[in-house]
Amino acid sequence: MNTAHSAHPAAIVVPPRRAAEPAAGTAVLELRNAAVRLDGATIWSGVDLRVGPGEFVAVLGPNGAGKSTLLKALLGVLPVASGQVTVLGQPPGRASRRIGYLPQRRSFDASARIRGSDLIRLGLDGDRWGLPLPFGRRSRAAARRVAEAIDLVGAAGYAGRPVGECSGGEQQRLLLAQALIRQPELLLLDEPLDSLDLPSQAAAAALIGRICRDQGVTVVMVAHDVNPILSHLDRVAYLAAGAAAAGTPAEVITSETLTRLFGTPVEVLTASDGRLVVVGQPEPPALHTDRHAGGGTP
Amino acid sequence: MTGAGFSWNLLADIRVMWSFPFMVNAFRAGAIVAVVAGVMGWFMVLRRQSFAGHTLALAAFPGAAGATLIGISAAYGYFGCCVAAAVVIALAARHRGSTGSRAAESALTGVVQAFTLACGLLFVALYQGFLNGTTALLFGSFLGVTAGQVVLLAGAGLAVLAVVAVAGRPLLFASVDPDVARAQGIPVGALSAGFLVLLGAAVAETAQITGALLVFALLVMPAATAQRVTLRPLASLVLTVMIGWLVTWAGLMAAFYSPYPIGFYVTSFAFAAYLAAQLAAAARGRARRRPALAGAGVPA
Repeated sequence: MNTAHSAHPAAIVVPPRRAAEPAAGTAVLELRNAAVRLDGATIWSGVDLRVGPGEFVAVLGPNGAGKSTLLKALLGVLPVASGQVTVLGQPPGRASRRIGYLPQRRSFDASARIRGSDLIRLGLDGDRWGLPLPFGRRSRAAARRVAEAIDLVGAAGYAGRPVGECSGGEQQRLLLAQALIRQPELLLLDEPLDSLDLPSQAAAAALIGRICRDQGVTVVMVAHDVNPILSHLDRVAYLAAGAAAAGTPAEVITSETLTRLFGTPVEVLTASDGRLVVVGQPEPPALHTDRHAGGGTP
Repeated sequence: MTGAGFSWNLLADIRVMWSFPFMVNAFRAGAIVAVVAGVMGWFMVLRRQSFAGHTLALAAFPGAAGATLIGISAAYGYFGCCVAAAVVIALAARHRGSTGSRAAESALTGVVQAFTLACGLLFVALYQGFLNGTTALLFGSFLGVTAGQVVLLAGAGLAVLAVVAVAGRPLLFASVDPDVARAQGIPVGALSAGFLVLLGAAVAETAQITGALLVFALLVMPAATAQRVTLRPLASLVLTVMIGWLVTWAGLMAAFYSPYPIGFYVTSFAFAAYLAAQLAAAARGRARRRPALAGAGVPA
């Protein structure tokens, strides 16, 4: 039995903000019949997904379904075993400068002696070889970009502190600013709301939704609970049992679609406040059961 | 040490010291080593690889002892053995990189450490009568630094610094944030292996002044002190080098004018600097907290 928490009223009945399928030829990322294998085991296969410019897409699914693997395949960190994957019109890994990436559950321990603003600056030019000059036009431009990114996520109050002394929500905002500083066309976020308390979850979800809308950035976000982001979403991709279903939330998060995907009876309930609850979704045994024990849709 | 005693007239004291060619060599070697150890140590502290650094330092002992045993310059032994140990640790870490197990890496580092120390002991036993030199190998000596050795230190040091200057920024990124760095196309694994090799070279340099056991006086202490004082990467890097340089030269001076070994002085001065930085940070923290507490006491 899964119970979802967080309140985003009645989002499932609201029609999608944009077309269910992006127009042909404008896809920011596209998977066709794609499969990924890790150590000989097929994680998922036959996955088709198209994401258009400026869309906010959630990647959902139970633990071990390969949600993070999907992001790593898109980044080119993991190879695609078969099928076709295009990211920003190129094979994975080629367009990394145009992608902002937020890995899963990254936190800095209390002794990390680096400022949030330095961390953000690394997102701008940390991959350049050679020494940066600490003065001059280029350095001033970089400092301005860092300040803008800090303002964009509202992190001005703590960007000068050691990142290890910031709270989980503050660290998440700093890392989001780092991912945004190059003004990427595509943001890949891996469970950014994980480990945040409920008000921080709602605030971070609203921030990501606003950035997606205002900056025109395409957002692909792995989530284990769809409810905090439901009202901001255009489409979802649901990974389970080695396959995927994609479409609007209203199309995908239904008893029929999920039952077909999982191959066992699954029921989607809508709570009176609009939250979605998935019941009967099989969990892989003894894998991260602590986090999902009795919690999270999906 | 010499006929001329310490006079508190620092300029005159320095003039006396620098009238001896071996002291000029020692000051030159000390400066080179302090800069190289400071820069590499700064990254090592940031990357939390002090244990690997310590292992490389202990590899300096069999290197120097082995070189003396087969009758070549100890400097080659230092470089050869430290860099070889670095390559072993880097290769093993890379081999296990797919599982990313830090515990496995540290266990393997411990294995390398114990084995190198045992080798050093064997070499010392094989070379009978060498025992007087063992203390110098372990705890440092500034006597007998030759002009040729200074040139070798400078050459190796410049090579290390040049690589760091080119790769420093991606290395910093890969050190604090490896996942994102990898996604940005930075070769994190290769950088990590290359860093260990450079660290091996830096340790080999440092061990020639401080001895194998006191390498951390120049490798860890200045960096740890500077990272306590400032959070700015460039400022703390510069401060690290300055602290290292200062404690080395002060240590040389103290060792020259007293009967006690240089390793003790360099380490003690570095430790004093670290202690002062910690106390200052604690005092600053208390000063920051006090107004906040006072504010909380005021009724709304």
